[in-house]
Amino acid sequence: MNTDTKKEKSRLKKMVESFGLPRLLITLFLILLLILAPIVGADLPTQITNIIARFSWNGILVLAMVPMVHSGCGLNFGLPLGIISGLLGATLSIEFGFTGAFSFIMAILIATPFALVLGTIYGWLLNKIKGGEMMIATYVGFSSVSLMCMMWLVLPYKSPNMVWGMAGKGLRTTISLEGYYINVLADILHIKIGNLEIPTGTILFFALLAFLIWAFLHTKTGTAMTAVGSNPTFAKAAGINVNKIRLLSVVMSTWLAAIGILVYEQGFGFIQLYMAPFYMALPAVSAILIGGASVNKASITNVIIGTILFQGIVTMTPTVMNNMVHMDMSEVIRIIASQGMILYALTRKTEGSK
Amino acid sequence: MKTNANKKGSFGSFLRRSSVPLMFILICAVCIPLSGLSPSYLVNEIVTRMGRNAFLILALLIPIMAGMGLNFGMTLGAMAGQIGLILASDWQIVGIPGMVLAMILSVPISILLGLFCGKILNMAKGREMITSYIMSFFINGVYQLVVLYLMGSVIPIKHSSIKLPRGYGIRNTVSLLSMRQKLDNLIPLTIKGVKIPVATFIVIAVLCVFIVWFRRTKLGQDMRAVGQDMEVARDAGIHVERTRIIAIVLSTVLAGIGMIIYLQNMGNIATYSSHSQIGMFCIAALLVGGASVDKASIGNVFLGVILFHLMFIVAPRAGAAITGDSMIGEYFRVFVSYAVITVALIMYETAKRSEKKQGGEQLRQAQLEEERK
Repeated sequence: MNTDTKKEKSRLKKMVESFGLPRLLITLFLILLLILAPIVGADLPTQITNIIARFSWNGILVLAMVPMVHSGCGLNFGLPLGIISGLLGATLSIEFGFTGAFSFIMAILIATPFALVLGTIYGWLLNKIKGGEMMIATYVGFSSVSLMCMMWLVLPYKSPNMVWGMAGKGLRTTISLEGYYINVLADILHIKIGNLEIPTGTILFFALLAFLIWAFLHTKTGTAMTAVGSNPTFAKAAGINVNKIRLLSVVMSTWLAAIGILVYEQGFGFIQLYMAPFYMALPAVSAILIGGASVNKASITNVIIGTILFQGIVTMTPTVMNNMVHMDMSEVIRIIASQGMILYALTRKTEGSK
Repeated sequence: MKTNANKKGSFGSFLRRSSVPLMFILICAVCIPLSGLSPSYLVNEIVTRMGRNAFLILALLIPIMAGMGLNFGMTLGAMAGQIGLILASDWQIVGIPGMVLAMILSVPISILLGLFCGKILNMAKGREMITSYIMSFFINGVYQLVVLYLMGSVIPIKHSSIKLPRGYGIRNTVSLLSMRQKLDNLIPLTIKGVKIPVATFIVIAVLCVFIVWFRRTKLGQDMRAVGQDMEVARDAGIHVERTRIIAIVLSTVLAGIGMIIYLQNMGNIATYSSHSQIGMFCIAALLVGGASVDKASIGNVFLGVILFHLMFIVAPRAGAAITGDSMIGEYFRVFVSYAVITVALIMYETAKRSEKKQGGEQLRQAQLEEERK
């Protein structure tokens, strides 16, 4: 009997290990928050609405991690590069005078070539420095954001809705999307039951892209990508052009990030320029890790679970904390939880990828 | 082994290695006349900034020696230093004794953080830099928890001048008026209108001597061996993990002391932001001085401070002069800081890869070295 309990214990231990202790803690924490919310007097449907809304804004940015993780390029800390392509698309679409839902489509169309070009350069660079992707990706992101800070000031934007009123030039730090593509996706098939709202359109758009990525990963090229990620030497021996596949994955990630930021903006209602994209990679990285991904393994399920968990904590902690102790510690909790998750993932041993 | 390869490359490789400093000299040469700042002002500023930053940058050298790359986790030490200063200023211990007390307080915190950081970095070999970078964010969360919530509620803080009105937590800025430039002005000396912080320079010189001495000790040699090749070092009987942890602990402690010197010159602490950029600027300055991820000397530190901060002072003015918008220069210098780090990282990784490719070559050289021994 003694050995039985021991076995039981070791099995439990194994389960915890495979699930990951930090992940378990975060899940339990969110469940605790959900239970506490009604007790401390927060309106649960409103909370759930917030979580769903924020999930729909951020989902694609998190999805952008998947291709690069699959091809063994590690976590895409260079997400800001894709975000910049998206921002270029957004601002140019407004500059050219498109309005309403059409401005969203145009923003995507204009952002695409930028994402493809920047993604190709970025991918080419990452192929040169295999093994050190993540650190360099971080700094490629930073450099490009700070370069664009200058560009937003210098580029000859004219639209009065975007430039500083007094000077008549240089883009504002935040640009309202009122009259452009605010809530274009969210308003499609919008569901409202009491306090519970569901932005169906945005979720469907996310689902569509997620499905496309999932389908892609099951094509011949997609399988090759996974092979490159899990064992590059084997992939090379099997006649796969490793560099080409990696380049493709980086371009895909960058493009998804561009689309992701546009979807984020349509929900959020504003375009944020200058230093705003700077730290946008970190929430996306920690979200996918919380969802169960590791440095070289990620699935669509990881994306969905991770985004819900991460955004759940981000939205729930402030309300519950405020109602409970009148002390807003949410920012600190968010930092510790999300960075702790990234640290945990970085210290896990991973095979291959070099 | 490495010096051999470098010698072979002669002029071309010299140019490649010093391309970053040369580029900076060029930027400064263009920007200085444009900025219209007087030479005496510039010299004054550079001397001040040298005293302010050199100690912090020197703290980066030891982990580089141990092959752990640029220690983005030096922010940890900076936070420890700030906690020390906050406590010392709350206890109203002024001037040099206050600084010394802050240093004494910071050391155990730095050691603890350094141990933690070192342990984690040992679990993430091969990705030390990104891990230490994320580590700085993680500990920043813990720091905020301590300073924003625990100070005043759990850790007693007496004076309301540094406490938030709500009764706990520290204000956004803590004035260090009682310690302001006390070390800099300890031995006053002014040459031709240039104020020289003699005492600060003496402290920095002591640290330089310490680093030179440390390199020659058994531990310093071990670190270099670990930096060259972990497996070989392990076979030679060196306790690799322990050596690496010591390197990080030393760096963190030095960064803590360096932060206190930095802040006494500034005269106040921006409680929630002083530390956050410090790692980036120090690393950028070191790289501008011609250092690389795996090789840095004391000379790089001083050259780096001069060039980087010269650019930092003149860029906004020069930018304003060219474009009529001062923000351009501001963004330009931020961009340059990041771009320098990016380029240095790329150069390091490509060099590492080409080194790997020349595996056979390396083997031959290793054999030659063995023969020499």
